[in-house]
Amino acid sequence: MSTRRDYSLVGLDGERAQRNGLAGAQWYACQAPRRTLKELMQRTDGPAIRDTLLWFGLLGLSRTLGCLTWGTWLAVPCFLVYGVLYGSASDSRWHECGHGTAFKTHWMNQAVYQIACFMILREPTVWRWSHARHHTDTLVVGRDPEINVQRPPSVFKLLVNFFALKSGAETIGKLFVHAVGRVTAEEVTFIPETEGWKIAIVARVYLAIFTGVIAWCIWAGSILPAMLIGLPTFYGAFLAVFFSLTQHAGLAEDVLDHRLNSRTVYMNPMFRFVYWNMNYHVEHHMFPLVPYHALPKLHEAIKADCPPPYRGCLEAYREVLPALARQIRDPNHFIRRPTPTATPT
Amino acid sequence: MTATWVDACDVNDVDPEDVRRFDHGGRTYAVYRTAEDEVFATDGLCTHEKTHLAGGLVMDGIIECPKHNGRFDFRTGKAMGAPACIDLKTYPAKVENGRILVSLD
Repeated sequence: MSTRRDYSLVGLDGERAQRNGLAGAQWYACQAPRRTLKELMQRTDGPAIRDTLLWFGLLGLSRTLGCLTWGTWLAVPCFLVYGVLYGSASDSRWHECGHGTAFKTHWMNQAVYQIACFMILREPTVWRWSHARHHTDTLVVGRDPEINVQRPPSVFKLLVNFFALKSGAETIGKLFVHAVGRVTAEEVTFIPETEGWKIAIVARVYLAIFTGVIAWCIWAGSILPAMLIGLPTFYGAFLAVFFSLTQHAGLAEDVLDHRLNSRTVYMNPMFRFVYWNMNYHVEHHMFPLVPYHALPKLHEAIKADCPPPYRGCLEAYREVLPALARQIRDPNHFIRRPTPTATPT
Repeated sequence: MTATWVDACDVNDVDPEDVRRFDHGGRTYAVYRTAEDEVFATDGLCTHEKTHLAGGLVMDGIIECPKHNGRFDFRTGKAMGAPACIDLKTYPAKVENGRILVSLD
């Protein structure tokens, strides 16, 4: 018999998770020597400075070419590249800098975090706390605010979100709530009250910027300003969504083992530049202090105790899509991943 | 009043710039050794969500929690920013005859 879960953070499944000891629980971790882990956790600025300069350089180049070719078909590939760098690459930059692991220098993490949050339209304070909860209670129903495919999956929501239409619309709605100093009932469950003032300030700044961009478009009689600031969050989101669906979609809920609810997928160097190695997702969840540039080495260190990685996005999607299709009819269905060692119960 | 010093571990059990868990009297603590061979001690669990800090990263006087990257100055216990908002309790620590001693009074 299928049962519909309550993914709200203030609903019955959240209460059940707490009663059953799934909230804030101890998770399985692969064994790795302390010295190996310590070496892998070491911070350095070099790789992230290189990648950030390249990212900003490519953003600037594609933006300039897009403006120069505006009004011709040549602008389409330019804005495609610009949109992906703006609306998709910002996902991994937001994520790694939010963890504070991308750079060694604290202010660099903070600066890129704020910029990337704006680009992907994720309010920095809200998402810092939301992501902390995601790591505490990964895919625990009623606890994790970042379950991007809920059962039964909605094909419509999945498709429109390839252009951030669901997530973007929700965020814009919340900006108006946050700007007047309020937070939602769900947000209260994972954000301390003391953070409220930061949320309000950022929401007002975001709304002011978007108002300015709209005014600029009206004044210029062109949509071009919005194509540079604001709209790329939407038209450039598809690659981030394509990547993010490989992270957890179709896998087990309410388990305390990231090997069972996360995927590691091998990707080509270009994808890994855009995604900053978030494709090593089992490793990231198990050891979040390891910077993105050390995740391939961590993967080698623990892979004997992990399920086999997927050899590419195609292999991952060959598993994800049929599983999601089946979950539409049977929300209890999920993919069972093989683990070399048993999961403690 | 004279402080009571508790034997935590051999100083060589903690690498320079590293941390080690130490349990005593039903409680858990963390002992730190800096690159300059100074030793410090704090409560062992992160004030954010009670994760053992001994799995974390020690860097320039900071301990970073292995679960959510909450950062504390382990010399003073000061929380350095979200998600770590509550300071850590610190304890005096010293090295004597190659052993790290902690005063838990």
